[in-house]
Amino acid sequence: MTSAQATPPEALRNAVIRLAGYSQDGIQSIGAFLAQLAGSTAQDVMTHMTIPSTISGGPSIYQVHLGSGKVLHPGDEADTLVAFYQDSYDNHLKSLRDGGICFYDSDKVEELKMERDIIHIGVPFTSAAIEAIGGSAKDRGKNIFVLGVLCSVYKLDREKLAEIIGRKFRGKPEDILRNAMLAFDAGFAWPVHDIDHMPFAPGENEEANRLSTDGNTMLGLGLIAGGCRFGAGYPITPWTSIMEMLRSELPKYGGMFIQAEDELAAVSIAIGAAYSGHLAITGSSGPGLSLKSEAIGYACMAEIPLIVVNVQRGGPSTGLPTSVEQSDLMQAIYGSHGDAPRVVLAPRDVEDCFHTAIEACRIAREYSTPVIILSDQAIATRIEAFPEPDLEKYWKEPTLDLSERGADFKPYPLDKITRHAPPGSPTSEAKYPVVTGLEHDEWGHPSSNPLNHEAMSGKRREKLIKLANSLPSPDFFGDEQGDLLFVGWGSTYGPIKEATEQLRAAGHKVGSLHLRHIHPLRNGLGDIFHRFTHVLIPEMNDPGIYGNGQLATLLRSVTCNPNIQSLNKIQCITFRVKEIVDGALKTLSL
Amino acid sequence: MSANPTAEKLTKKILKADHPTWCPACGDFAVLASFFNVIQKLQIPHEKIVCVAGIGCSSRFPYFVNTHGIHFIHGRALPLATGISLSRPDLHVFVFGGDGDGYSIGGNHLTHAARKNVNLSYVIMDNYVYGLTKNQTSPTTPIGRKSKTDPRGAIDRPINPMTQLVATGATFVARTHAAQVKHMNEMFERAILHPGFAVVETLSECTMFYPGAFDSGNPRKGGAFDLVDETTQDLTSTSEALKLAEDTSPGKFGVYYETKLPTKNELEWAWVNDEQAKSPDLSGKDLLRKRFAAMR
Repeated sequence: MTSAQATPPEALRNAVIRLAGYSQDGIQSIGAFLAQLAGSTAQDVMTHMTIPSTISGGPSIYQVHLGSGKVLHPGDEADTLVAFYQDSYDNHLKSLRDGGICFYDSDKVEELKMERDIIHIGVPFTSAAIEAIGGSAKDRGKNIFVLGVLCSVYKLDREKLAEIIGRKFRGKPEDILRNAMLAFDAGFAWPVHDIDHMPFAPGENEEANRLSTDGNTMLGLGLIAGGCRFGAGYPITPWTSIMEMLRSELPKYGGMFIQAEDELAAVSIAIGAAYSGHLAITGSSGPGLSLKSEAIGYACMAEIPLIVVNVQRGGPSTGLPTSVEQSDLMQAIYGSHGDAPRVVLAPRDVEDCFHTAIEACRIAREYSTPVIILSDQAIATRIEAFPEPDLEKYWKEPTLDLSERGADFKPYPLDKITRHAPPGSPTSEAKYPVVTGLEHDEWGHPSSNPLNHEAMSGKRREKLIKLANSLPSPDFFGDEQGDLLFVGWGSTYGPIKEATEQLRAAGHKVGSLHLRHIHPLRNGLGDIFHRFTHVLIPEMNDPGIYGNGQLATLLRSVTCNPNIQSLNKIQCITFRVKEIVDGALKTLSL
Repeated sequence: MSANPTAEKLTKKILKADHPTWCPACGDFAVLASFFNVIQKLQIPHEKIVCVAGIGCSSRFPYFVNTHGIHFIHGRALPLATGISLSRPDLHVFVFGGDGDGYSIGGNHLTHAARKNVNLSYVIMDNYVYGLTKNQTSPTTPIGRKSKTDPRGAIDRPINPMTQLVATGATFVARTHAAQVKHMNEMFERAILHPGFAVVETLSECTMFYPGAFDSGNPRKGGAFDLVDETTQDLTSTSEALKLAEDTSPGKFGVYYETKLPTKNELEWAWVNDEQAKSPDLSGKDLLRKRFAAMR
């Protein structure tokens, strides 16, 4: 243990804590407890985790970025590292900033002698937790012990944290909660003499009723609020937790979610429910979206309202199932045979998962079209805190329209958006429609008439152009014109916004635009791009043979603006703020 | 099966839609006529009938019936129908398709829709050949039969549809012949009245590419139409059904297996009803607010 005198006594505004251990050690729960505490004490939080794709666990980290103000990213480097094993210590010490603190399990880790300015504090997590709980505890409880240590070091709200732990173990056998509290109290009381304790500044996010949860949960709840009641899926990481949640939740709302035998059946069951007049959802991750693409093409052709969630992961093929990537954009927009226009939306953070889901439901309903929601592993699994959505504003009660259709009813009118008559609806002339994937005329009869095919392709295209014309301006932040414009989509929102702030503080004229509607794009983006010397698109995918990432390729083709370039990262991990700042500075120096 | 006293009486004339695009004398015409017969007899409310199909000659069925219909993609008619049946238990769901759609590209779904006992009726028009794509080997084509994909004769062992169907766990399995209209009517009617997954393997000749394929089961062509003897056959025994299924040339016609088990529709809706009974006074909005409260 070094005897450095550490850390100024004034209150902290931000802290990045990295917990490095094995996934079976419950480091995720420490992170989740801290995140929930932040949410309920007006602090902000963003977490980041890596998960081994093995069954029995393996090396894993959970990083928590706590802040008194707004937290936009999980943190470039750690202020505090908690290392449970020698390899956790060896591999993650480099993530600690100079002057940072490393807590390590002195039962398992041998401290390295090094030049760097790091405060080492050895605490016997394993044996201290066993001692606190008693004989048979083995490895259990050391995560809660560590939580106690962190609570004391950062002077966190002990009462509230104890309450959150209590809530987590509610309904479990009594001794589990008792042991957890014994471990927590022992950690809290552990003497950490070598550093001054670092009180956290009070939180400034005073909105009432702040929630803290992950993106998959908010996406699923957004679908419920938006009126989705039926769906089907097949398990695949990292989509699975949405289907698990909907399977248990939907029956409460009068709906159901079916576990299908494969991805093809899942999308087909959802289309069956949608044809029957319900708003239905299916979802998956990368490879599963590929398997569904034939049926998605059908939904475009037959004009079926359908929500398809794709929680992106590293690809191609099985790729990196537990890592983040944004490499399914082209698949989402174009992934089908034939000309099959559909809508693609992307949420930017956990809170936005809820709102994007509601927007997807609205569009699917109003335009009778499939809508793909492109989330990603980072948003899906990370926890953030945000104000509770106002359901008076966003709740949409589902409807099933089985009214009688008149003599003029046509399933595919050329001059209107399709409104299907679900089975069960009588028709005044007793003539019933067939919904079909064959090219068809206005009444749904198969037709190979060349002019009809052109007209019907136009019908399917024009409704999305109508949607594009109605879209609001995308989120704009920073300078309205100047040196460089960032354009982003999905989970890069936070780091891009923070990078924009840093570059502006350094005197650059920088703006940033974050797109929720990826396809169709809102009109007029080209005019905004022209106000900047450079347009830089940070995206987590490969620049490909022609040197541009997937969104950059799309935007270059749409706007013909040669100043659009992408900043690509394909390392299974979200952008650090510094990487975006450095990329921008490099572009600015061109 | 409830009659519909308020609406018009369902007749063949009302049920007819586009004239079928099938080749002259195709066995599927008889299947269509039989379907009209049974619907006319049962008087199901017109707007509650849904005809579902995938891809193939026989899968054109929904266009030829004037009811709600959906023509889907190749092999996925059963999961599509599953979504319709589960989300709308008020409907009567009929699935039509051929041997390629049901036993080949959609083979996986057959097993799962059957074991889940989804409430629907499924008519497989088996012609032992791919007709729409013009004479390729199908999963039921006998060994040695020449086709455009097997110019020296088929070399893969065909599947036995009846053992396959019994093994899926389907709760109603029957076999009929498109040249035997009365028998077909009876099998379709029993399938429709069966609660759960009911499937009827229907030998339906492709007069264009495989004429005479089912003559051995047609007395008018010198064959034998032998019926399952329901006085001696235990219809609830899978082992007896499998024994019956061993002989396919021409084999027996009739119900091979029939049992009553809870349908997936009943089981899923029981869960929905239980959950909703737990908080009858809470609206959906209230429930979601409650859920949010637990996330604070």
